[in-house]
Amino acid sequence: MISAGIDVGGKNVHIVITKNGTILAKMGGPTGINKAEAAEKLYAEALKKAGLKREDVTRVVATGSSGPRVAFANGVIPDAAADARGVIKLIPSARTIIDVGGEEGRAIKISPEGKVLDFAINERCAAGTGTFVDTMSRALEVPVEEMAKLSLKSTQSIPMNAQCAVFGESEVVSLIHQKTSKQDIARAVHDAIAGRIGSVARIVGLEKDVVMIGGVAKNPGFVESLKRDLGMEVKVPDDPDFVGALGAATAAAAGVLEEKVQAKVVEKETIEEGKA
Amino acid sequence: MAKYKIKGLDCWNRAKELRARYYKDYQEAHQRGALRWEGGAWSFDAIPQALEGEVHGLTEEPYGASIGADPALQVRYQEAAEGKWGCARDLCAYLRNYWGSIVLNEFAFGGEWPKADFIFQNHICCTHAKWLQVADEIEGGDIPYFCFDVGAGAYDKIGERQINYVVEQLQDGIDFLEKATKRKIVDEKLIQNVQNTYDSCCYWAKTCELNQAIPAPLDEKTMFSLYVLGTLEKSHKDIADFYKNRLYPEVKDRVANKIAAVADEQCRVLGDSQPPWGFLSIFRYLEKYGIVSVASLYTFSLIGWWKIDKAGKLVPYPTLEEQGITIKDRDHALRLLAEGELKGKLMWAPFYGAKYKNDIVAKIAKQWKCDASIIHLNRGCEGTAQHQMEMKIAVQKLGLPVMTFEGNMADEREFDEGRTKRFIDLFVTETLGLKKVAE
Repeated sequence: MISAGIDVGGKNVHIVITKNGTILAKMGGPTGINKAEAAEKLYAEALKKAGLKREDVTRVVATGSSGPRVAFANGVIPDAAADARGVIKLIPSARTIIDVGGEEGRAIKISPEGKVLDFAINERCAAGTGTFVDTMSRALEVPVEEMAKLSLKSTQSIPMNAQCAVFGESEVVSLIHQKTSKQDIARAVHDAIAGRIGSVARIVGLEKDVVMIGGVAKNPGFVESLKRDLGMEVKVPDDPDFVGALGAATAAAAGVLEEKVQAKVVEKETIEEGKA
Repeated sequence: MAKYKIKGLDCWNRAKELRARYYKDYQEAHQRGALRWEGGAWSFDAIPQALEGEVHGLTEEPYGASIGADPALQVRYQEAAEGKWGCARDLCAYLRNYWGSIVLNEFAFGGEWPKADFIFQNHICCTHAKWLQVADEIEGGDIPYFCFDVGAGAYDKIGERQINYVVEQLQDGIDFLEKATKRKIVDEKLIQNVQNTYDSCCYWAKTCELNQAIPAPLDEKTMFSLYVLGTLEKSHKDIADFYKNRLYPEVKDRVANKIAAVADEQCRVLGDSQPPWGFLSIFRYLEKYGIVSVASLYTFSLIGWWKIDKAGKLVPYPTLEEQGITIKDRDHALRLLAEGELKGKLMWAPFYGAKYKNDIVAKIAKQWKCDASIIHLNRGCEGTAQHQMEMKIAVQKLGLPVMTFEGNMADEREFDEGRTKRFIDLFVTETLGLKKVAE
């Protein structure tokens, strides 16, 4: 069976097409303003890359903050659920997932079966997301990829505010004026975000193996900072930004939309008759 | 076919009528030669309401919440408060609504801001300590002001010394009232007001206790509209009558006849803190999954009085009749009022530490047979948002799944409805494993 998962996030669309669990094609691109159109266009490209036609795909499941905009999807699953399914497929020993994307950072505690047990989100704040990294890289006048390499060369830790992306940017400018090296500033930025994300992860509790996914996981400078903050090893799968889409494709293959989840029937004591 | 019968409350219209009348009376008070006062909702309205003649109060928090129920209105009032007074956005959302209302000279229920004749305030939190002081400044600084402290200790630490501490202040308060208004406190009125307060607070608790039934006869969204009367004027005979003789018997009847709040109840949830008032639709969204929010320390104890019995269970505080007490005189009334509030209002306990909140919440979760908890991390109220993450851990240790969402009780700029619904979808479908039972 051929399935597809489409993860439509705040900044990027990621698509994975699988056949009987094996990945046939991956495609990613910017979401832009018209998310539905972006998803449609990239899906067409993914099909072409896989040598498939639309009718070859049995089921499509969407996820991500704009997953519901994918008109041609057979269904939608929450993004944390997609993350869980994708991660457990790649790293069965995973128990804690840290997903840092463009607009949201979240930590997810999962069961050995890939069920979401608990989650915590860095809500309504850019300071723990890829947007923070982008903003700081512009302030440093260094591409994000270069910033990642620079931070790995740093040998000193400089505390930096991570409570607000605006204040953080202003702080970077101050550090530049103080002639702090770019590598040290780059590390300070990563340490600041790692501190924030580490706090979110501790809300759900850190249990090995800790796996990081999402676009920011491609930043080795940030991953190193996160390991230092957590005091633990952090695994990063290949193409970490495609894991959500893989999870959605896995859900599509499993026919998750057709699962009949029985309503919980709770057998409890009832209040004694006549008791006030 | 639905699992349970449902039915609207027969006393619903009476509740609406009482609330509407309260605000109308405050607005029109001066036209009738009546006095107006401003003060806190949490306690002690029995005293100013015992003055000779007609007296009407405006309690701050329900007024702030009423504004909060209208997202457009609250933004306008908050921006007025922030713009005029430069107050920070992390201050109490109700307070910012209230100040904004005065700054704009608007009464949220229509017309100009009705200025009070005196202020009778209790210091239940740092916000309340300054709230009406600043309100007075905004209005010209000439409103007689009295405040008293109730930070006497948690409910299990209340003895004669603590009661005396509050009673002596209340006696000073009576001196203040008589001087400021040139009217006397009428002991018969005071005694009746304290009787009414006991009835309001104890019978609301008894009503909440009935929600232990399966199916729950009430859901929290409905309960918000019912407890609020006690925050307006728990010392009023009509409100005491409502709780004792209308609401409580009707909810008892619903339990006996298995009339549910949610027709397809399949999951009972423990809440916490005030909800985002402008977005109560999230409770209706939960109902699509058969989820009913049955309990919270906030809803139970903002006006309800409780005690921990010998078996360690949370039970309603006994009424004066149940205690076999007849109020003798002014001093007896004040002592009983202070004792009831200090010992019975468990909502004050979290101010004394997370352990208190966790212990009470654990009892609620067990006794009200909760399956999960959804906690509103309320940026608008530091008081009720205390210890929420500790509560999350404590409830998880009971084996209950817990979800949190960030928001603000009365500042819509800090609540993302779409995102919250996404989190709810994740929690209920993945963690709780539920499917929608209604559209």
